[in-house]
Parts: sequence; structure tokens; C-alpha cells
Amino acid sequence: MTTLNRADFVRLGSMFSGSLVLGVGASGCANQSRTAPPSSAAPGTRAAFRPNAWLIVHPNEKVTVFVAKSEMGQGVATGMPTIVADELDIPFENVLVEFAPAAAAYNDPDFHIQITGGSTSMLSSWMPLRTAGASARAMLVAAAAKQWGVDASTLTTNAGSVIDNKNNRTATYGSLTGAAASMPVPAKPKLKSREQFTLIGKVDKRIDTPLKVNGTAKYGIDVRVPGMKFASILYPPVFGAKVRSFDASKAKQVKGVIAVVQVPSGVAVVATNSWAAFQGKAALTATYDDGAFANASSESLKAQFLKLASSGTGAIAAVERGSKSVQGTRFEAVYFGQPVAHATMEPMNATASVTSDGVEIWAPTQVQTSAQAYAAKIAGVPLSRVKIHTTYLGGGFGRRLYVDFTNDAVAVSKAIKAPVQVIWTREDDIQHDWYKPMAANAVSAVLDGHGNLVAMRHTVVMDSILKGLGFPLPASGMDPVSMDSVMNSPYEIPNYQAYYINPNSGIPPGSLRAPGANWNGFVMETFLDELAHAATKDPLAFRLALLKKNPRATNVLQRVAKNASWGSPAPGTKHGLAFGFWANTPVATVAEVSMNGTTPRVHRAFVVADVGIAVNPTIVRQQLEGATNYGLSMALASKITIENGAVQQHNFYDFLVLRIDQAPEIHVDVLENAPSPTGIGELGVIPIAPAVANAVFAINGKRARTQPFSDAYPA
Amino acid sequence: MVSLTINGEQHDLDVPDEMPLLWAIRDVVGLTGTKFGCGVAQCGCCTVHVGDGAVRSCITPVSSVAGKSITTIEALGTSEQPHPLQQAWVDEEVPQCGYCQSGQLMAISGLLKKNPHPTDADLAKSITNICRCGTYGRIRKAVARATGGGQQS
Repeated sequence: MTTLNRADFVRLGSMFSGSLVLGVGASGCANQSRTAPPSSAAPGTRAAFRPNAWLIVHPNEKVTVFVAKSEMGQGVATGMPTIVADELDIPFENVLVEFAPAAAAYNDPDFHIQITGGSTSMLSSWMPLRTAGASARAMLVAAAAKQWGVDASTLTTNAGSVIDNKNNRTATYGSLTGAAASMPVPAKPKLKSREQFTLIGKVDKRIDTPLKVNGTAKYGIDVRVPGMKFASILYPPVFGAKVRSFDASKAKQVKGVIAVVQVPSGVAVVATNSWAAFQGKAALTATYDDGAFANASSESLKAQFLKLASSGTGAIAAVERGSKSVQGTRFEAVYFGQPVAHATMEPMNATASVTSDGVEIWAPTQVQTSAQAYAAKIAGVPLSRVKIHTTYLGGGFGRRLYVDFTNDAVAVSKAIKAPVQVIWTREDDIQHDWYKPMAANAVSAVLDGHGNLVAMRHTVVMDSILKGLGFPLPASGMDPVSMDSVMNSPYEIPNYQAYYINPNSGIPPGSLRAPGANWNGFVMETFLDELAHAATKDPLAFRLALLKKNPRATNVLQRVAKNASWGSPAPGTKHGLAFGFWANTPVATVAEVSMNGTTPRVHRAFVVADVGIAVNPTIVRQQLEGATNYGLSMALASKITIENGAVQQHNFYDFLVLRIDQAPEIHVDVLENAPSPTGIGELGVIPIAPAVANAVFAINGKRARTQPFSDAYPA
Repeated sequence: MVSLTINGEQHDLDVPDEMPLLWAIRDVVGLTGTKFGCGVAQCGCCTVHVGDGAVRSCITPVSSVAGKSITTIEALGTSEQPHPLQQAWVDEEVPQCGYCQSGQLMAISGLLKKNPHPTDADLAKSITNICRCGTYGRIRKAVARATGGGQQS
């Protein structure tokens, strides 16, 4: 990735997403079809019933449900069809899942583009999917009523059939597909009450599990298209650099290498197989125009960040509540966090075929609309000529919200006039990510004479995550994502000021699982623990006193304390508590910790979240377990460092992540105290690191002012 | 030309001797259940069996396994008769993104040939496969379910 490309991406991203967010037809958007193309997997030959973009009822009783979100492990391929099937009133076994193509019909109702992120899939799709299912059901009922010459209100449905109890007859949905298609689409179909759900909250298996234990689930890397080649791209190591020249003579001697072509992001080696492409890349030599970032190092950036945090230069006010000069006992702390790579298990990859007819892309992407728009731009074709096939994603965590890898596949295919899979090495993946940003936070607080927290001031220095995503920032320059957990803190602190400083460091800023909150939450929750101890108050009671207006938050804290036997840790361990909030879900974690030398060992983690409605209880638990491990992984050892403008880590031997030997036993408890589902995918990341750090303080009195803990508690 | 026996089938491949087995399996033979994760034997996504042992195919040259019996995830079990670990993986709902699970299953099924009842401590010592979704707790439960082992350590 070069600076020029990055700048182009950002500019394009702002243009497209800005227009789309405003609901104004962008130039490319005008050609986008409003409805989805016909299903390629529609079984049966008689007329199928397609009442809307979300489903097809087939004559053989099967129902195809289109999943508009990307399945990256968070369970949308099971959860979304569950919602449709429940309102449609069919047995879950009848569901066939198909990933939706890129089409405006599948745009997220809040983001206004087709995107999977922010732990919002269930909460934003909840009503559209229920309505889609209920609408289809009403049309099937109307068709049966007409056929039987009775009033539709006398009919019921059950398990995929319309039932006429009075006259003792039934008609399966499959038998009604032809007639239902001509029924009027109801304006406001009647939805089930929560008590009437037959599948929501009851289906607790995943539809994709069988495919994921026998090697048949197809990820981006598994796409095979007739005539396709494999390509590996040499990217300039320094962020913002450009290739000046390259020598491909040795690369071309590698058996299997077909071509070496320059693309905007670097130099692509095209081969008959992935390994030959990697070997060819290793044999390339290149020179670069590095640009200003070549002088940057972690140390110089850290100094810059800390200076900004202490001076407040360029600070934008996010919250200014109450007084700025409150009397009492004052506490101050400065925190510093390193960048972290996503490191999805499936390295970045995409397959593209650019022909005179248009572009076809097969990719593990979280952002179909952008991938499509950039592909159209790169290939010089109308948007309507770009087809996106979304595969299973081998992890996402926010990394696949970026279009660098799909753009590369399109550029290489265009250059070689053949289908190609661009595949990244792990080294490419670690060194060319959009990272959890480096951050410095300056916090201060005042306790009154009774030990009550009466004032807090929090300044966050962090690159703009929204800008990295290509979303437009407000005129003030405020980034609510980089400020998450600080500008929207639920704590009821009477005098509270929060400020944002964008350092524009030059490190590509990324959206990584609970972006903003995954760092800011650590600062808030460890600092609160420190204040509670200073006030000689129980950290649980100290928090509850600040959440009096928030019953859902209060409930999760009280429940996690009960589950963990808060205050009575297992022998040889100590407890640490932390709270988090994301996508309208409160979460709390108690970590049970001992020390193994200078490394915290987490024996058990107790997690409680209030997810509103758990559409699939197993998947909710999986997400809270997984996010806990993901957060713990970052906290214990993961970091990216920079020297001479380039990332110093390479692979899993120097970018360290959690393995089974360090994985705690995780006890999850789920509350359901909201009228609709709230987010589940990301929030578990937020409380685990501060919970562990607070437990470490209970053990040895040391405070972590940084992550990873290998830096916080040096040997 | 290298002759490989994969899942009982012989493949004569025109590939360099030093090509890692992973890429011969994926890009030349065309079996994609075995995954690429790191290329340096760190993550275990590429684990297959050679004879009875689990090996990391991303650093195994094809010439070193010529003529030996290679098993990939596609032949660990069948849909009628899944490997006990595959069944346990379904029963415990282990996978999330699922990308690493071929390697986890091949690594742990390899371990079972030497140690049919691994404890959690045995898994901690012997299994270094990475799962970024963090399914480790469910892996432990699934192994216990399949083998009657578990918590004792």
C-alpha cells in the first residue's frame, strides 16, 4: 500500500460513503440495482415465491434466506435466517442460506452501505428481517384464503403450512408459491410477540458448524475459478512509500512465475501457484521513494503522543459538563498504548476477474459496497457490471472493512487480463494492516471528602479511526469512534470533560474489534479502580454509585459479582473487575488472576452481558468467550512497533497472540433485558484487560499504564 | 515429478522438490480444506497427517513425503462416520470463523494416536495451534467429550 493509494482510498471512501450516508445518489450508486439478482441456488423448477429481497420460498418447501452480512465467525449466517424463519413460521431445517450479492437492497439501514461492523447486524436487521418473514407469511396465508374462499383471518400457520382449523385442511407453503406471488404485499404485516417465537432464542446450533469441521466451508483463499492465477505483491515496507524502480529478472526465473507487473500498491508477481508467487516476490529487488514517515519510530511517535496528551495542543472538546475547577483530592495519570494488528487467521486475499464484460470479485470482505465501488473505478466499468461474491471470512475483527486487498486483485487481473487470486503472506498481513491505533491518554479526577468521584477530565490522543475507514469527519474534526468509552461514558460523573486530539501519526489507523473502546475502556476502568482504592471503597460499589440511572449496567455488574463470588477469589488468586459498553450492550468481567513471574495468569474469567434478546444463545456465548480471549491476547503480549517508518514484527513468532496454554476458563452469563437484540461481537474485548490489570494491582500493588502487559510489568 | 499419496489416492505432480506440501495439496491437487496461516510452522492451520503423525505442511517439502501416506481434513472422517473429534466439535459448537479448525482437528487427532486421553495440561503442552476467534475453551471441552479426558491436570 502506498500513500497515494491510501489517500485515493480515503478520498474515494469519503465520497462514496458520504453520498450514501446522505441518501443522495452518488454517481456510481445510480446504477446500483435496487433488488437482488435471481438466486443461483434456487432449487426446484416450478415457480418460486420471492416476496422481497430477503427470501425465496421454493415449491419443495425449502426457503432460501439471503444473508446480507458477512459471516466471519460471529454467527450472522445462522442468526439472520433464524429471525426470518421464525416470522415466516417454518421449521429451521427448511432454511437454505445464501450470501447476498452487493445490492442497494442489502444496505445497512444505519450505515446506508452494505457493511458488517460495529456489532450492529442483529440490532439493525431485526425489524427488516422480521418484517420480511411476516410479510411473506401473510401473502402465503392470503393465497390459501383465496384458494379456499375463506377469510384470511380464520387461518393460522404452523411449521411451513397454512392451516384452516374450521374446515380441517392444510396447504404447505411450497404448494402456494405460485398463488402467493400475486397477492398484495402487506404494508404492515403483523409480527409475533416475544412469547410467540418458536426459533428465536431456541435455535442454539450453528448452520455452518458441519462445514467447518470437515474442510468444506469455502473461504476467500479457497476460491478456484477456471484459468485463474495466483499473485503476491511486494509492498513498500515504509508507510506512505512508493515503488521507484524494481528488477524482476530473478523473480521471472522462479519456476511457475508467469509475469511481474506494477500495480498502484506495489509490484505483483503472478504465478501458477501461491508458493511460486511468494518465491518470486522474495526474488524481486526494488527501490522506493520513502517519504517523511521513513524517519518515524515507535520512540519518536510515543514522545509526540505524550507531548500532545500533556500539552493538549489541538484538543477538540467532546464533552464539557459541569465545572472545570472542582475542589478535592486530585489524581492524575498518563497512559500509552501500542498499535496492534488484527491478524485474522485467514490472511488477506481476494480473487478477481476483469473482462470486457465487467468485474467479478470473490472475497472475504466486510464492505461489499465499497469493494464494488472501487472495483468499478479501477476497472473503468459501471457499478452495475461489478459482481461481488462474499465467501466465508476466516476472521474479520474489522480488518476486512478495508478494500486494499480487493483493489489489488482487481488491479492485477486488469493488468494480466486473467482471473487472479491475490494472496498475502502473514508478513504482508502483519506489516500492512490498518492497526488498532497507538494512543496516549491523560486523565485526571477529583474525589470529594467522602471519597465520591466528582470530577474527571480525559484527553485522548489517537489517530482517527473513522478517517481510516473513509467516513467523513464532522467539521470539528471530532472522531466519536476514537473517543468511544470516553465521550459516551455511561458513568454519572457530575463534572466531566473529554477532549480529542488527532495526531495524524502516519500509521494506518484501523478499526479493530471494539475500536476506540478497546483502549479507552482500559484507561477508564483501571483509573476507576485506582480511584476506588484511593477512596477506600469496593470497586464494585464505587462503580454502582456512578451507574444509578442505568439498571441494565447495574444488573450486569451485580450478576458478575455474584457469579464470580466477588471478594472471595479462589486460593492463590485475586479478583479484578471491569465494565464495558458497546452497541447498546453493557458487559462486566471479573478476572481471577495469579502471577507467573511477571506475567499475569488468568485462571477464570466471569463475563455477564445484557444482550436484549439472545437470538442464538450459543452464538452469544461464543462471541463473549472469543472476545474475552481476543482482548486478553492483546493485553498479554501483542504489539506493533515501528522503526525507520516500517513495522518491525513479521509473523506469529514476533507478533505474539494467545494460544491454548494461556486461555482461561470462561464463564458466561447472558441477561435479556431489552426489547430487541443488542450488539454481541465486540464488547467482550473491552473489560478483560482492565479486569486483569486490576487483579494484578490486588496481587502486587503495580498499576499498568500501558499494554501489552509485557511492557507494563517488565521483568 | 513427485508422487504423493493423499487420502489414499496417488498424485504424480510436476512440482519442485522443495515446494511445501501445503501448496501441493491446495494449489496443485486442489484440496482446499487444509489452510495457510503463517508459512513458518507457527499457527498450525496447515496441519496434516503423514503416516500417523501430525505435521505442519507449510514447511514440509514434498520430496520428504513422497510415497508416504498423507491424510488431510477431507479424509479425517466421513459424513456417515465422522471422526469422534469432528462429532464432538459439532456437539460443543467449537468453530466460529472456522478457518483454523481443520488444523486444530488434525493436530489433536494426531495427538490422540499417541495419547488417547489427553488432559487439559497435555493440550496446553502439546497443542500450539492458534485460534484468533478464541475457541480454546470449547476445544478443551470437545476433546474431553470425545476422549473421556478433561479437567484433571
